[in-house]
Amino acid sequence: MQFFFEVLIGGLLAGVMYSLVALGFVLIYKASGVFNFAQGAMVFFAALTFVGLQEKTGLPFWIVLALTLAVMILLGVLTERIVLRPLVNQPQITLFMATIGLSFLLEGLSQLIWGSDVRRLDLGLQDEPIQVVMDRFGILISKFDLAAAAVAGVLVGVLAVFFNKTRIGRALRAVADDHQAALAVGIPLQQIWSIVWSVAGFVALVAGLLWGARNGVQFALTFVALKALPVLILGGFESILGAIVGGLIIGAAEKLAEVYLGPLVGGGIEGWFAYMLALLFLLVRPEGLFGEKRIDRV
Amino acid sequence: MLSVDNISLAFGGVKALTDISFDVREHEIRAIIGPNGAGKSSMLNCINGVYSPQRGTIRIGTETFRQMDPNKAARMGIARTFQNIALFKGMSVLDNLMTGRNLKMNCGLLAQALYLGPNRREEIEHREKVEHIIDFLQIESVRKTPVARLPYGIQKRVELGRALAAEPRLLLLDEPMAGMNIEEKQDMCRFILDVNDEFGTTIVLIEHDMGVVMDISDRVVVLDYGKKIGDGTPDDVRNNQAVIDAYLGVAH
Repeated sequence: MQFFFEVLIGGLLAGVMYSLVALGFVLIYKASGVFNFAQGAMVFFAALTFVGLQEKTGLPFWIVLALTLAVMILLGVLTERIVLRPLVNQPQITLFMATIGLSFLLEGLSQLIWGSDVRRLDLGLQDEPIQVVMDRFGILISKFDLAAAAVAGVLVGVLAVFFNKTRIGRALRAVADDHQAALAVGIPLQQIWSIVWSVAGFVALVAGLLWGARNGVQFALTFVALKALPVLILGGFESILGAIVGGLIIGAAEKLAEVYLGPLVGGGIEGWFAYMLALLFLLVRPEGLFGEKRIDRV
Repeated sequence: MLSVDNISLAFGGVKALTDISFDVREHEIRAIIGPNGAGKSSMLNCINGVYSPQRGTIRIGTETFRQMDPNKAARMGIARTFQNIALFKGMSVLDNLMTGRNLKMNCGLLAQALYLGPNRREEIEHREKVEHIIDFLQIESVRKTPVARLPYGIQKRVELGRALAAEPRLLLLDEPMAGMNIEEKQDMCRFILDVNDEFGTTIVLIEHDMGVVMDISDRVVVLDYGKKIGDGTPDDVRNNQAVIDAYLGVAH
C-alpha cells in the first residue's frame, strides 16, 4: 500500500508538470480558438533565454527572471503585430498553420542566438525526498516536485479568477467566441491578443524553468508539448481546471500503469499509455471532462 | 445626431450602395427598409465601421468621419445587433451582457489579475446595471444559462440586452424580429419602444415586416438595388409610387 501511494503521489506531481504546459495551450485556445502549435517552442525559447542570459550577464536569479519575462512579453506583442493582425477573420486553420511557422522560427531563432548545447539550469531546488514525510510515512516525495506543484497551483488559481471574474477575462472569452461581435461591443481585438500571448509566454517561461531544471535545457524541451496533448484531450481544450485535472490523471495513470500493468506486457508502457487513454477518452467524451459541449441548432 | 452623406460602397464591380444620404434625429426611431439585397445591412455596416465605404462621410454628433472602425464606433456610443445572432455562445447570458459593458470598465490589468478591491467593487457596480437590463428584458430566469441553449427568440432578446448594456446613444438593430412569431414580435416591438422611451436611445432598425415598421418608426428610408428611392414618414412612404413599384413590381 505504501508503495502504491508513493507511485500515485509521484505520478500526480509529475502530472502537474504536464498541466503547466497544457495551461499555455488552453490560454491561447480560449482566447482565439486556435491550437497554438508553437507552445512547445515557446517553452524551449523561454528556458534557453533564461539560461543564456544567466550565463552571459551573471545577474541574480530574480533580475534574469524579470528580463526573460520582458522578452516573452515582447515576443507576445510581436506575434500579435506580425503574425496575427494580418490574419484577423481568417479561418482558424489558417491561424493554426501560422503557429506551426512560428514554432519553427522560434526553435531556429533560440538556437541561433544561444547555441544548441544542453545546458544545466539550477533553481536551487533539490530533487531529493522530504525527510519528514520519509520518516513519518515512509513515502518518498521529491521537494522539487512539490515546489513545482505549488507553483502550478498558484498559477492556476490566479488564471481561473482572471478568466472568469474580470473584464479582460470576459473579453478574452468573447474574442474566442466571435471576432465580429467582440469588435462591435468595443473589445480591442489586437490588445486582447497581445495580452493573451504575453500571458501564454509567461506560462511557457514557468514551464520552461521547471522542465529545464529537471531535464536540462535542450531541444527535447519542445517535445514536452506533445505530452500536453493527451492532457488537453482529457481535460478539454477550453478549461483551465481541465488542464490541471487532466494533467493529474495522466500523470498518475501512466505511473500506475507502468508499475502495475507494465510487468504483464513487458514494460515500457509509460511512453504511450497517456495517448491510449486519450484515444479511449475521445470515444466516450470528445469534448473532454471540462470542455464546453457544443450544441448546434439545426 | 447621425447623418450619412453620399455614401457609396462597392465590392469589386458590385455596387452595394450608390450615393446614399439620410439623417437620423435625436431620439428618433428610424427604419431602413427595402427588398432583399437592397443594401440595408451594408448601410448599417458602414455606420458601425465593419465596411469602409469608398466615398461619402458619416457624421455623428458634431464629428465627421471619412470611415469608421468598429472600435471607434463603440466608443462613440454606437451599439448594434446582427442579422444572424452574434452572441458569445459558450458564455452565460450574464457574461454576454457584461461584455457589453466592456468599454465602461477601466480597472487595470494587474488589479484584475489579482482580483483586488477596486476591481471587485467595479464588477459589482456593473453587475447592478446589467441586472437592471435583465429585469427590463424579462430574462431573469435564464441569467446563468449558456446562450447556445436558449431558444432563438430569447437569444435575439439577449443580443439586444448586450447592446443596451453599453448604454448607447445610437442603437443599430439589424432585423430584430426576423424569424419570430407574432407574440415574440409584439414583445420585441414593446422592448424597442420602451428603450426609445425610457432610455431616450436613438434607434436605427432594419425590418422586413411592414406592419411593424409602419407602426413603430418615426421615419423610414427605402433602399432598392443600393439606391435610395424613398424617405419620409410611414404614410409618405406607403404612398410613394417608386416604393410601391419596388415592392409589388411594375406591370409590363
